[in-house]
Amino acid sequence: MTDRPISTDADVDSSAFRDSDLHEGRHAADSLRAILIRRPRSALYGYWRDLLNLPVFSETVKSVEVLDATHSRWVVEGPGGKDVALTSVITEDLADRRIAWTSTQGSDVDHEGWIEFRDHPFGRGTEVRLFISYDPPGGVVGKAIAKVMQREPRLQARRELRRFKQLMETGEISTSRAPDAAPRGSRRL
Amino acid sequence: MRALTWHGKHNVQMDTVPDPEIINPRDAIIRITATAICGSDLHLYDSYIPGMSNGDILGHEFMGEVVDVGRGNTSLKKGDRVVVPFVIACGQCFFCQKSLPAACDNSNPADKADASEIAFGQVMTGAFGYSHLTGGYAGGQAEYARVPYSDYGPIKIPDGVEDEKVLFLSDIFPTGWMAAENCQIERGDTVAVWGCGPVGLFAIKCAFLQGAGRVIAIDHHPNRLALARANGAEVLNYHEVRVREALQEMTAGLGPDSCIDAVGMESHGFSPDNIVDAVKTSTRMGTDRAHVLRETIMAVRKGGTVSVPGVYGGFADKVPVGAFMQKGLTLKTGQTHVQRYLPALLEMILDGRIDTTDLISHRLPLEQAPEAYRNFKENQNEWTKVVLHPE
Repeated sequence: MTDRPISTDADVDSSAFRDSDLHEGRHAADSLRAILIRRPRSALYGYWRDLLNLPVFSETVKSVEVLDATHSRWVVEGPGGKDVALTSVITEDLADRRIAWTSTQGSDVDHEGWIEFRDHPFGRGTEVRLFISYDPPGGVVGKAIAKVMQREPRLQARRELRRFKQLMETGEISTSRAPDAAPRGSRRL
Repeated sequence: MRALTWHGKHNVQMDTVPDPEIINPRDAIIRITATAICGSDLHLYDSYIPGMSNGDILGHEFMGEVVDVGRGNTSLKKGDRVVVPFVIACGQCFFCQKSLPAACDNSNPADKADASEIAFGQVMTGAFGYSHLTGGYAGGQAEYARVPYSDYGPIKIPDGVEDEKVLFLSDIFPTGWMAAENCQIERGDTVAVWGCGPVGLFAIKCAFLQGAGRVIAIDHHPNRLALARANGAEVLNYHEVRVREALQEMTAGLGPDSCIDAVGMESHGFSPDNIVDAVKTSTRMGTDRAHVLRETIMAVRKGGTVSVPGVYGGFADKVPVGAFMQKGLTLKTGQTHVQRYLPALLEMILDGRIDTTDLISHRLPLEQAPEAYRNFKENQNEWTKVVLHPE
């Protein structure tokens, strides 16, 4: 799947148009999610390719250290709020079109992902598809915990994409986080 | 600061809460000088809207003075007087660019957006003080508010214009205007308006401004009917007449060209369908009492338009879809695209083409907001519109 672009006809039946687990990843939990962003492909690719930008909009990737042209070291918030470290290698890099990556041996978590940028055929911007696949630490139990903790990959992919879209289109990320962004009264009944 | 907070059904209180801060570059902080209670706030008060959380600050109709601006905001400066649209919109997404700010894709925070995507199929736009379905933003029944994307939404008010004249640009004036615009009025049309609350009254005013020959207003509160009549409408009290028959008679059997449902999900009345709805609602088998929506579809003329500014939040059954199709109707609705209308509507206020203050029945200090909610809920005849002023 990952070595060919999705054809127009295939898209309709593929999970690209549905937020489901149908798309096959190598790992236990995966998700593919699409979003439309009203910015040129090159700008979106460029921002994402500078991996140091990931923590700006990602809720999951807390820090990135670039090791060389393809390797980088990520600290990721795992299920239960525990930090996990992984070394990521870029396996495919097509300028303005697609970036794919996978974790290397010795990472705390097995992970792969890709992001693809395509022009909307009628000028509405760029269609962005993000694929995330990983083996949650702790297997089935880990996945269950991840779900409860809202780090389940489907949720994660759509939230990461929404924040990326907000940042790219508006220059900022919407928030109503209490108390500073949205003050609220004390909890009492 | 002091703020009106929600703590469950029929339980709102004044609380001392932290002051809001600038978080994002395009934010502004507004010191609120006037704020109002909206009829749709009663849906929150009555616990009909899901996604409320204990301690939420309510209020989405407010205005005030800019006291702080983010570094990315070049259009506002400290000291500006602004009215803030209840819809929070970014100005740059596909929808905002199509002049559909009430469909903005970006203003609902990513962690809040899942709920409405599940409930409605798509993510709802952010709004002030209106549940976590629309973003969990703190509202404006408070001394201060943080206004995101404040370089796109708020409209500056010239000096010397009283707050009360322009406050309703935040919601009910544009909402009434869009309700009338959705009727696609042709000169001389007859428009029937269900509900003579603030939105219904503005819909009446706007229908005339847009060329309606006749507006027929329907309610049961004598004082609200009197306000409708004072604005040029003919009135029907549904406790005294059968509305559909009266409308048929008044239009010589044609039916009104357009019908506006300015009531929404909490309609009153003792028709059989509404009693069933009320039972279902109270037993949580359904959420919306859709009596008025049904009535508008049945009453409107063939080929006519039904416009729904009234708020619905869930599901309704027994909607006469046969009449809707067989009569060839158009249904138009939605949260108001406030930003789209503001410059033109402000101009109308400044030109004196519309009286925006006749519906205000009470002016109170913000501290009295809890009793204002109670009275607005329980004495709708006399409490038509409450404006609150922080001290």
